[in-house]
Amino acid sequence: MDFSQNILSLLIWLPIAGGVVLLVIGDNNDVRSSQSITMRFAALGMSVLTFVLSIALYKWFDNGTPAMQFVERNSWIPALDVWYYLGVDGISAPLILLTTFITPLVVIAGWDTITVRPAQYFAAFLILEGLMIGVFSALDGLLFYVFWEAMLVPMFLIIGVWGGARRIYATVKFFLYTFLGSVLMLVAFIYLYGKTGSFDLFGFMNASLSLTAQQLIFIAFLLAFAVKVPMWPVHTWLPDAHVEAPTGGSVILAAIMLKMGGYGFIRLSLPIVPDGSDYFATFIIVLSLIAVVYIGFVALMQEDMKKLIAYSSIAHMGFVTLGFFLVWQITEGTGAGLGMTGGMIQMVSHGLISGALFLCVGVLYDRVHSRQIADYGGVANTMPKFAAFMVLFSMANAGLPGTSGFVGEFMVIIASFKANFWYAFLAATILVLGAAYTLWMVKRVIYGDVANDNVAALDDLNAREFIVLAILAVSVLLIGLWPAPLVDMMNVSIEHLLQQIGQTKL
Amino acid sequence: MNFTDYLAAAPEITLLGLLCVVLIADLFVDDKRRMLTFWLSMGALLITLLVLLTTDPGARIVIFDGSYVSDSLSQVLKVAATGFVAIAFLYARDYLRANDLHKGEYYLLGIFGLLGMMIMISANSLLTMYLGLETLALSQYAMVAIDRNNAASAESAMKYFVLGAIASGALLYGISWVYGITGTLKFDEIAAVITSNPGLSSLPLWFGLAFLIVGIAFKFGAVPFHMWLPDVYQGARSPITLYIASAPKLAALALALRILVDGLGDLHDVWADMIMVVAVLSLLVGNIVAIAQTNIKRMLGYSTIAHVGFILLAVFLGTGKGDAAALFYTLTYVVAVAGAFGIVILLSRRGFEAEELADFKGLNARSPWFALMMMFFMLSLTGIPPFIGFFGKLNVIDAALSSGYTGLAVLMVLASVVGAFYYLRVIWFMYFEDAEDRAVLQPSADTRLVLSLNGIAVLALGIVPGWLWALCLAVLAA
Repeated sequence: MDFSQNILSLLIWLPIAGGVVLLVIGDNNDVRSSQSITMRFAALGMSVLTFVLSIALYKWFDNGTPAMQFVERNSWIPALDVWYYLGVDGISAPLILLTTFITPLVVIAGWDTITVRPAQYFAAFLILEGLMIGVFSALDGLLFYVFWEAMLVPMFLIIGVWGGARRIYATVKFFLYTFLGSVLMLVAFIYLYGKTGSFDLFGFMNASLSLTAQQLIFIAFLLAFAVKVPMWPVHTWLPDAHVEAPTGGSVILAAIMLKMGGYGFIRLSLPIVPDGSDYFATFIIVLSLIAVVYIGFVALMQEDMKKLIAYSSIAHMGFVTLGFFLVWQITEGTGAGLGMTGGMIQMVSHGLISGALFLCVGVLYDRVHSRQIADYGGVANTMPKFAAFMVLFSMANAGLPGTSGFVGEFMVIIASFKANFWYAFLAATILVLGAAYTLWMVKRVIYGDVANDNVAALDDLNAREFIVLAILAVSVLLIGLWPAPLVDMMNVSIEHLLQQIGQTKL
Repeated sequence: MNFTDYLAAAPEITLLGLLCVVLIADLFVDDKRRMLTFWLSMGALLITLLVLLTTDPGARIVIFDGSYVSDSLSQVLKVAATGFVAIAFLYARDYLRANDLHKGEYYLLGIFGLLGMMIMISANSLLTMYLGLETLALSQYAMVAIDRNNAASAESAMKYFVLGAIASGALLYGISWVYGITGTLKFDEIAAVITSNPGLSSLPLWFGLAFLIVGIAFKFGAVPFHMWLPDVYQGARSPITLYIASAPKLAALALALRILVDGLGDLHDVWADMIMVVAVLSLLVGNIVAIAQTNIKRMLGYSTIAHVGFILLAVFLGTGKGDAAALFYTLTYVVAVAGAFGIVILLSRRGFEAEELADFKGLNARSPWFALMMMFFMLSLTGIPPFIGFFGKLNVIDAALSSGYTGLAVLMVLASVVGAFYYLRVIWFMYFEDAEDRAVLQPSADTRLVLSLNGIAVLALGIVPGWLWALCLAVLAA
């Protein structure tokens, strides 16, 4: 069967249908009941099947063209000229692969640790997966918005139902923050719809707009994406959401949902309002640098491991926005492309590393039920295998060469040198700060003498946890040592994007 | 007058005839066999619906000496109103039986009210409009008071009656001014008179217009004429609240569109500002005050005020697109709100009115399916895609932007964010809190089916909203 033309629809709707199947199978809080086992294998099967399909996407993907591939275009709401319009290029395809790669790991990570309404838990993740792939592949503004907003609902439930003690505060804050950010994007979309007569994103990109209109649209987009990234100063929802979310929720949030913001900038802000982006570029760069430096210091002071990783996520995502907006400040040759490619690689790499770190914290939390750094110490003595992984991912987070964390950051720093020495100087401080806060955490948690009875009683990783962390470790090293396939995939699309935004729309 | 005149009014005539049948039949039915009245009423609604569909004139027909109109707008609104009244009857039935309120009057007054709505929807003159309005309003006053041993119901019925009578008086006063100045009661003639005599558009006519708007705002429950709405929603028994909250909104929309657009369209510049102030205030007050509510019926009352703000903002634009957006918004809003009250009724049982937000705690554990349905209704009311409520908001915002009101569009979306909080709170109570009340829900099979269909419709309409929007555009923007 040739389904290459419908592969994006399959990737979106298969997990969603899977989620519905899980809900039909129903909840059984007894992990060993056959109903629960069936349900969990169905969840795993669906997520793995989606991943296998996405490998087909990778295989069939043509690196040589900036055009959209696997395009599907069917009329959806003719009265509004809205299309069910899907397609991927080198910018969205890696993020789809990241999504399909992380979701099965999340399913495995939650395998028998979720004892309250497990069917709803796994269903929420599968539906979320489909919606996130929808965001990355939608080429119609309204379709994009529908996926973008719908995505909030499963996440709201995931944090609210399965989260920690302050979960309700955290999840309502998460929902309202992101909802507030995105409604103005809707107004911008509708404005552009009024200009061009359809919600087609390419129509938006080709529309000529005055500078004032571009500035206002940029601000509307900025609110939506800055909240998602999140950029300083609208980041405060993230530490709360991360700390209270269940492990799987934190992983998806850090690994994929934050990437929505970066993706929004590169897919919508830059090509639709290039002059507006140019106008605000310095502003964004300054915000990014504040995120990198200031949030780095904040991370240093955290006593809760999840909070520390959450702040480190904000700092690392600062690199992404920095890389994207450097393009306006670089005049010579290859630097602009370098910053953008660096930002993209940083998104993928941070997805893997932060996801892995949250899983590591989840492993500890399942055993001790504490996330406080002070409650641990000397874990390496009782959990040597775990300690090896934790150290590896921490090193990657600090940007150790040979890991994926190094590649993106290095590219962005080189690009920022071409723009302005001080940008590079400040950006490079993350290498110092990042090393400081991650390795200090590692020192306090992993090394030293066994701190207390809880740590003394720890069991090392079981097979399930080992597999998940091993897969992530391999991919972190793979991208670190051999980033070429990933770079090749996005190269042509980024070149095309640079040309596109080089032309003023005034 | 000839036969086609009667044909265009056939649905109302049929309904009135069947109403008499039900009325007389109900006299011979005792409380034990009251189900007969229910099925007869449902039969009456079904036959009316069939008559509506078969006698569709397909064009605009004005009858009864110009005071009655049958057009595609009236057709759409009447079909919807009949449907929603039937849904309200079904959701109400089990509750009324369980609470010893299962009297024929609920259904009879409901059908009387429907007749009033249909007359309003088809009104082509101010007097016909007033006639329909009073038929509807009197039925509603009596319905609110149906549980006469309940102090809260009696109090809210009194409030509703007194304030409603004042509003009707204001409307009638405005009608008399308009009639005095233009010399006619018929909407098309009023429009023609004003067009041919621009000098008429002066203070006296505006004075009358202001009173008409007071009447319209009161019937919608728009700020500052909203005081009755939360009290009545809370005080009335849930099935009556459901009835008041659903179909009559369609009639209120007809009231606004017929008077302001059909009759006084030329005075758009004058009434637009008044409507806008009322609408913006409703949007703000409704959304903000709803946050503080702990009673779900009251909360939905304030949320109604906020939604009315949206509807009136669409009417305010005075464009075909705006009117179509108002129609679309009202229809989709009523679908969601009918379902929400359906769930409220479902949670109640003998001697226990589930009306506090806290009563929703842990619903997901008690009944995952109905918790899901309630979540659908809440998300639709919030305006989260892909639920239908999102497209209602989308169309209103689109209409506002294409008329150049960017500021209003931003205000609308920001108000939706404020509104999101109290809808989310229902979801959080259902999903995140533990149940205090663990009684098993036992809806009857047909209620279960229709409520489920209602919930699925909120989602399914959102996935294929195109036809409904095309219909609304064809009805109003053509």
